[in-house]
Amino acid sequence: MAHCSGTGGGAPLPGAGRAMGEGMGVRPRLAFADRLGIPSPCYQREGKTPAPMIELRNITKRFGNVLANDRVSLKVEPGTIHAIVGENGAGKSTAMRIAYGFYAADDGQILLDGSVRRIASPQDAIDLHIGMVHQHFMLVETMTVAENIVLGAEPGGAVSLDLKGAEARVRALSEELGLKVDPRARIEDLSVGQQQRVELLKALYRQARLLILDEPTAVLTPQEVSELFAILRRMREQGKTVVIITHKLSEVLAISDEVTVMRDGKVVGNRETKKTNAAELALLMVGRDVLLRVEKTPAQPGAAVLAVKGLTVTAPGGARPLDGVSFTVHGGEIVGVAGVEGNGQTELIEALAGLVPPSRITGSVLLAGEEIARLNALQRKERRIAHVPEDRHRRGLLLDFDLAENTILGFHHGAPVAVGPGHVWLDQAAIAKKAEHIVRDFDVRPPDVTLPARALSGGNQQKLIIGRELDLQPRLLLVAQPTRGVDIGAIEFIHRQLLALRDAGCAILLVSAELEEVTALSDRLLVVHQGKIVREVDPAATSTADIGLLMTGGVP
Amino acid sequence: MKLLRPLIFPLLALAAAFLVGSVVILLIGDDPIETYALLIGSALSWPDGIGYTLFYATPLIFTGLAVAVAFRCGLLNIGAEGQLVAATFATAWAGITFAGLSPWLLIPLCCLSAVFTGAAWGAVPGVLRARFGAHEVITTIMMNFIAVALASYFTQYHYKTPGDAILQTKTIPDGTHIARLGKLLPGFPERIPLNLSFFLALLACVFVWIFLWHTRWGYEIRATGANPSAAEYGGISTARQIIIAMAVSGGLAGMVGIGEVLGYRYRYYDGFSSGFGFTGIAVALLGRNHPVGVLLAAILFGAFLRGALFVDIFTEHVSKDLVLVLQAVIILFVASEALFRGWRSSRLKGKI
Repeated sequence: MAHCSGTGGGAPLPGAGRAMGEGMGVRPRLAFADRLGIPSPCYQREGKTPAPMIELRNITKRFGNVLANDRVSLKVEPGTIHAIVGENGAGKSTAMRIAYGFYAADDGQILLDGSVRRIASPQDAIDLHIGMVHQHFMLVETMTVAENIVLGAEPGGAVSLDLKGAEARVRALSEELGLKVDPRARIEDLSVGQQQRVELLKALYRQARLLILDEPTAVLTPQEVSELFAILRRMREQGKTVVIITHKLSEVLAISDEVTVMRDGKVVGNRETKKTNAAELALLMVGRDVLLRVEKTPAQPGAAVLAVKGLTVTAPGGARPLDGVSFTVHGGEIVGVAGVEGNGQTELIEALAGLVPPSRITGSVLLAGEEIARLNALQRKERRIAHVPEDRHRRGLLLDFDLAENTILGFHHGAPVAVGPGHVWLDQAAIAKKAEHIVRDFDVRPPDVTLPARALSGGNQQKLIIGRELDLQPRLLLVAQPTRGVDIGAIEFIHRQLLALRDAGCAILLVSAELEEVTALSDRLLVVHQGKIVREVDPAATSTADIGLLMTGGVP
Repeated sequence: MKLLRPLIFPLLALAAAFLVGSVVILLIGDDPIETYALLIGSALSWPDGIGYTLFYATPLIFTGLAVAVAFRCGLLNIGAEGQLVAATFATAWAGITFAGLSPWLLIPLCCLSAVFTGAAWGAVPGVLRARFGAHEVITTIMMNFIAVALASYFTQYHYKTPGDAILQTKTIPDGTHIARLGKLLPGFPERIPLNLSFFLALLACVFVWIFLWHTRWGYEIRATGANPSAAEYGGISTARQIIIAMAVSGGLAGMVGIGEVLGYRYRYYDGFSSGFGFTGIAVALLGRNHPVGVLLAAILFGAFLRGALFVDIFTEHVSKDLVLVLQAVIILFVASEALFRGWRSSRLKGKI
């Protein structure tokens, strides 16, 4: 098989991933021409190794007109950590939900330990020792860890509940893996990372041998991520099999033994992690070359555009989600805000955008010397403050309105959109012109301004919002989670837009839960914890670990 | 094709209604085909059928538009009934109180009092919602009772012709009557009460269409209805839009008073409304909260009302309540479309 010969791209690494079975070492990187192909035949090793823990064969699933899974085939070897990567909508979660019995496949088979099994419901999956940890945890907040874990599989007789025994088992399981979870703690008192461990325990308590984790790191701090990975490695040592769904390539490379790449509902590649790299995986995921690193020149900061002094937001209950923050942002620089979500970032951006009632704000916000803390959202927009909101569905878009009507949100009250006496009439021609130019300049696809915003993918929706806001030619841009749920190609585009805007002299305040993003883009970085700025750091000179520690209130 | 697509579901609903209705008719013991022929024939005959169909449709166009405008702002205006009762009484009141004015002044004055009373009656729940968060469904229902009670009280104790056994006000001056179609259309009998207010209703459809889709105010109202958080982000005061939408909604409902007082009864007659405000909800629902849809749905319901009389009289067993069955089935089907769509989109949501 000629196409199985090695490529010029780096010497093949010796040795295979652990527990990959014999014969793996002879599997070199594929030639470039084959990178986008279906799994290569040299990947088959029938008759040589034990049966895969789980195998999907030609799984096909259709939702309406959308082909979510198109003849998806993949094998997960026992005792390995197997990553499934792909952009949003690539069909990763669908495939795994089918494996867990959440959805029924339209076609195809699932094999466990080499024999075909019918998994019609999650209960079937549990009985077959498959566990799944969802992106959104399924825990009862007011109950204890042990109570949550036994829920649905309560020990004891018909009327009695042997909670003591359950607690002991949970404690034993927890210690075995070094999870450090107190079975008697209430869920609502636990951190997100700890709650995730409860979910893991829940699956293990039901004797899962195969664990599927759907985007497990999305909600975790860098410390929690490395702790989770340590736990997963210990589970692998105990002979468990782990499938981890993610779209973060760095995590794939850090944790997995083997990786399956999906795009548009199809499996587009299978790689042994040691023999691939981020660039190749990104190429497979997107189907074209992507610039993974943000390339930027040093900032040329100008005059101070935004000066915030002692800004505090008081919630209706009296809590202070934002507590006396002070900082400045100059023209021509990007100031990043790093923090675990829910530490005041949302309130900061909303307060600066004029979306928090003035009665709940104290402190001063100066825009080029003018006090704007009491102005409403409209008045701030008139002063050329643009805002890319963190939640584009909730704040940024009118999903049922067409693209044209979405491009005038916030601009609908004045020329050139609204004309005539009192700016009453909407000039449809002017709206269409504005929309078409935004759609063209920001590469929104499909470029049809009469489509409802709902019809666009996340990345294109975000490009539309960024196009709309940049059309203001802002002095100050408030941008939160600019690439959340956005595919890699669009991320690259959005990053370039933000840097170009910076270089044009705009002051940018950037909030992102993606630490990589915020450190790569920012010229200065403010680390927030519990509504306060704990430190300003130079993102280029500070390690991710140190920033992560600051984010959780620690001191490096 | 693109234009026809929104019609598919309402037409299916209509077909389903006739199907269910024919089962009912069979069970009662009449012939469905004969009954429907009677229903449709009497509603579409010229000139009486069409004349009365459009006459019955007129108030439903106003109330359908009223409900639709509120709905576009995310509000369920159950209070069109109260708004039109208050407005109708105010129209008669203006006509009686300023009877000495020249008709050139009095007719506009009556019209304005109809619109503004309806708008004010609608704005009150709007303010309560915007300022205090009181839900408009509750407050508009309460405002309905208040309107009906006040109108009856003032009619009974202040504006009745002494000795009149019927609960109705005095009449307005002859000069203020607006023309019946028979006066304008040669060959159209003047006994049919279809009057110029039907054309006012058509104008109202055009007005609502322009208002909602071609003005800044309409955009702000629709944005508030579609996504209040995003509207606020866009610098729109959602509280103000709620009040404006309820006032416009009330004003449209209030226009029922113009046709009722100036074009038909020339006085306030207690109990004149056979639930126009509530039928307006069904009209708006069937018409997908769009002026064109509202117009078509109102004419359909007007035809039902007209045909019902003949079904009542000329069939052996079936009563006029048949049309209520038809209306109910249509509403059920149209409402189930939302369920159907919700079900489909929730299936699709899980796709990633």
